[in-house]
Amino acid sequence: MTATVMSVTGTDVVFGAFAVVALGSALLVVSSRQLVHAALWLVVALGAVAGCYLVLGAEFVAWMQVLIYVGAVVVLVVFALMLTRAPIGRSDDLTTGNRWLALAVAAVIAVALVTMLIDGFREAYVPLRTDAVTTTGELGSSLFRFWILPFEALSVLLLSALVGAIVVSRPRDGTR
Amino acid sequence: MHLVLPLVAAAGLFSIGVYGVLARRNAILVLMSVELMLNGANLSLVAFDRWWADALHAGQSMAVFVITIGAAEIGLGLAIVLLLYRTRGAIAVDATLADVAVEHRRAPVDRASEPRP
Repeated sequence: MTATVMSVTGTDVVFGAFAVVALGSALLVVSSRQLVHAALWLVVALGAVAGCYLVLGAEFVAWMQVLIYVGAVVVLVVFALMLTRAPIGRSDDLTTGNRWLALAVAAVIAVALVTMLIDGFREAYVPLRTDAVTTTGELGSSLFRFWILPFEALSVLLLSALVGAIVVSRPRDGTR
Repeated sequence: MHLVLPLVAAAGLFSIGVYGVLARRNAILVLMSVELMLNGANLSLVAFDRWWADALHAGQSMAVFVITIGAAEIGLGLAIVLLLYRTRGAIAVDATLADVAVEHRRAPVDRASEPRP
């Protein structure tokens, strides 16, 4: 599909809106002075990324993002904040003294990545047609037909992570 | 859609995550920033998959795998953070041993669940 450089379609606008929401709330995650607010902004950021996946036509990945990240990971994070007795109000010691160095490193990485990506993929165009959406059935058959070995390896990884988390967090009072 | 749009968004998410990992003091906030970095990588995977129109759907499969690894990582990471809190009473990543000792005396840690030497 040919496209002029300046052509802006409706999907561009929707994707841009989701991306702006994701980047803005991600900035709030790393800059908020309240721990619980940072966790809640993480919900907004991950949900906006799920919207980006939907616009790109990756239906299954989008719903996995909503189920696992927004549903499970953030709940885990909030539980951990609760169990470590995180302060509810503002706390001014959430960033370390090397935040300016961190800002410099992040800025260098951002500039390098964006320059390289724009330089390399300036002409690339993704034709997003409604009949080219990857449905869950297609991705599922691809997963279980071509990617079955990494899938099974990941099942073992999840099991070992689960066992490891139980072993690590077991109380050690001698009554094992 | 131009491929550059999702790629720049992914690079931005990744860089914000890098800043969070390097600058945050609370270990749980560091883990949240790691999740942001993983999401940036995932977004670029899905974008490249759509651009390539891959018949095997390699990018989207990889994105699902990365989500799984992220879930395993946050589960194990938070278990380690909770263990750290239980044994030392502080989860600041830059806490020196002296700070930890002071925090440990101040914070009412559940001593009954710890081994007696």
